[in-house]
Amino acid sequence: MTRKQRRLVLIGGSLGVLALAAVLVLTALKDSIVFFNSPSDVVEKNLQPGSRIRLGGLVKPGSLERGEQLAVRFEVTDGNRAIAVRYQGILPDLFREGQGVIAEGTIESGGGFKADSVLAKHDEKYMPKEVADALKKQGHWKEEAGAKTGAKK
Amino acid sequence: MIAEIGHYALVLALGLALIQAFVPLVGTRLRDDTLIGVAGPTALAQFGFVAVSFAALTTTYVASDFSVLNVFENSHSAMPLVYKFTSVWGNHEGSMLLWVLILALFGALVAACGGNLPATLKANVLAVQSWIAAAFYLFILGSSNPFLRIPQAPFEGRDLNPILQDLGLAIHPPLLYLGYVGFSISFSFAIAALIEGRIDAAWARWVRPWTLAAWMCLTLGIAMGSYWAYYELGWGGFWFWDPVENASLMPWIAGTALLHSAVVMEKRNALKVWTILLSILTFSLSLIGTFLVRSGVLTSVHTFASDPARGVFILAILVFFIGGALALYAWRAPSLKQGGLFAPISREGALVFNNLFLTVACATVFVGTLYPLALEAMTGEKISVGAPFFNLTFGPLFVPLLLLAPLGPMMAWKRGDLLGVAQRVIGAAGLAIIAIAATFALTSGGPVLAPFGIGLAVFSMAGALTDLTERLALFKGSFATTLARARGLPRSVWGTGVAHFGLGVSLLGIVCASTWGTERIVSLKPGASVSLSSYDLTFDGMVERQGGNYRELIARFTVRQGAGVVGTMEPAKRSFQTRQMSTTEAALLTRGFSQLYLSLGDPEPDGAIAVRVYHKPLVLLIWLGALVMFIGGALSLSDRRLRIGAPKPAARPADKPSMQPAE
Repeated sequence: MTRKQRRLVLIGGSLGVLALAAVLVLTALKDSIVFFNSPSDVVEKNLQPGSRIRLGGLVKPGSLERGEQLAVRFEVTDGNRAIAVRYQGILPDLFREGQGVIAEGTIESGGGFKADSVLAKHDEKYMPKEVADALKKQGHWKEEAGAKTGAKK
Repeated sequence: MIAEIGHYALVLALGLALIQAFVPLVGTRLRDDTLIGVAGPTALAQFGFVAVSFAALTTTYVASDFSVLNVFENSHSAMPLVYKFTSVWGNHEGSMLLWVLILALFGALVAACGGNLPATLKANVLAVQSWIAAAFYLFILGSSNPFLRIPQAPFEGRDLNPILQDLGLAIHPPLLYLGYVGFSISFSFAIAALIEGRIDAAWARWVRPWTLAAWMCLTLGIAMGSYWAYYELGWGGFWFWDPVENASLMPWIAGTALLHSAVVMEKRNALKVWTILLSILTFSLSLIGTFLVRSGVLTSVHTFASDPARGVFILAILVFFIGGALALYAWRAPSLKQGGLFAPISREGALVFNNLFLTVACATVFVGTLYPLALEAMTGEKISVGAPFFNLTFGPLFVPLLLLAPLGPMMAWKRGDLLGVAQRVIGAAGLAIIAIAATFALTSGGPVLAPFGIGLAVFSMAGALTDLTERLALFKGSFATTLARARGLPRSVWGTGVAHFGLGVSLLGIVCASTWGTERIVSLKPGASVSLSSYDLTFDGMVERQGGNYRELIARFTVRQGAGVVGTMEPAKRSFQTRQMSTTEAALLTRGFSQLYLSLGDPEPDGAIAVRVYHKPLVLLIWLGALVMFIGGALSLSDRRLRIGAPKPAARPADKPSMQPAE
């Protein structure tokens, strides 16, 4: 083979692999990404039961109920709307009423939400960024409750 | 006083870095040996000053000097001494100081050990290295100064984030940084080669040990981080495809590709332009990783603070170095001489295949990591890209790599014999098929792909062993010949075999732990028990204990298998007063390579406690495999060829008498 032919083989092979990767990425992006929504989004966008989302907001104070077999129920609110969330399992260490939370799961018919994983913030300074943005959008952002950190005083 | 010494030492290091960044470059232009000679001593002195600066910060931490803001925010006088050391890098400012310390260390090592490098190349490499160092000194001094004082010193500090108070964290960041920053050396070599406009096989031989050392540290660092997340975060997962994890995975994949392409360049003087590009890309990915983690674009346990000014600063550094390097590459690379020819079916061809798949796999991780950021910036939609995405993209791209890994080293250089090589791996392939059949027969449930994963892992391991046994003439010759061959076999061949074997070990662990792992979440009262796999765990009761800066609630469990007691497990919940945070300390019981994993949920009013129990079969293999890869790297690094150093590039025949021995 001449240098030119070898180069063609190499370029052809590379393009083939790249094309394969592009197809994989596009299929995966279509099927396996999860959108973040605040409770208001769920209502406004009229999301259908069965759609899989990440629901973020604050745990409504006083809404946490514990049932049998580690079942829990709480409400996630962004100040305007609240959505009831069902979850079975152990809540993260940092799960607290009045604090930011992200629940991943599916919307149920009847407007509820069934979570299969619940993420809480990492420490007292940290609020999930999506939650902070959603609260800002709804005008319920309190600076002292938010992610105000940094060394400058 | 000590904090001020640290601060000034850092300023002096910046001054030296600026000298080192310009003077040697001018020297190589003017061919002035004095100016060229400036690079070495300044690199050593620069490291000295950064070390003083780092030691000063460490001293303030050990002495709990809360008049230093950084110490006040991240330390506590009651914290155990070892965490006072580790909290130096358990925060943004300190970890950046560690970053530049390691950067300066690598510069100093090149200056000290690079005796066999041509003087101009060495000067250029150190100058480029110093450009990077100067940028990061400016960043630290300008926006992340760890030495700031508080006018009125508080009595007590705010404590280190409890999740970070752990020994795993003591080792994870330094190792990771040794890897990340170690790639700066291959970057500097690449830029120096582009500046000189000259590159040859000897260049690859100089660069390879540095790349290898960085790759080894990064391998261990990633494994350490994954193990830390596994036992500390309490959900028993070992890899979450979290953007911050991906930030360390991308340089690792690119670095692995670079290691392999540098082999082709060293042995066959081919793929030169590509190797240069890979060197640039690998360090660029390290910088992007630093940016993602440090800028606060992503929020995670690694993001200590988010300050927009810092993000913009790091972004500027990023754009300058990556943009500058790629522009230089575009300008100078076409003038580099073309390398040798080889057939597609050959050792070189196999390594090109490796590079192709590794870089494309790296690109899919890149897309998955940055797509959410890009989408949010453009449309405002927020999405999360998680494990399903990466399983669907990264997974399939890694399969061909693993299939070819045993074949590559058996292929001859220049022109290989695919059929001959295929015959040699028949044994390994047979073993793999038996493993697949056995897995199908012995297990039920789990995805259909899992037995094939096992087969692939067995194929990688058996293939790596086949190559070694053939080279040693094991089972064929006498024991004495085998021993003689084992001694004569280059260490780099050992390294390849061992590292490829490690890849199979890790894969086996990943497949087994994620497919046949079992999990139960139950609420237990004292005296009750839960059974999982073949084990029975009895909850004996709760004990309270006071630690240095926390209180902990310990649950005692007795583990039985059949009738016999195999051990006790004591998972705990710790609550840290200062930060009002609690952490879950999982308990692990190791049985062979498998583990029982127990972590606590919330205590309930009636004395019961929620627990999460996992049985993770062969989970330890995941990290052992990484350790094996590290050992493979170390063997290869100890190769005689790399220790002795590269031969001088062949000078023009006219200058040399014909006494030169043939290579």
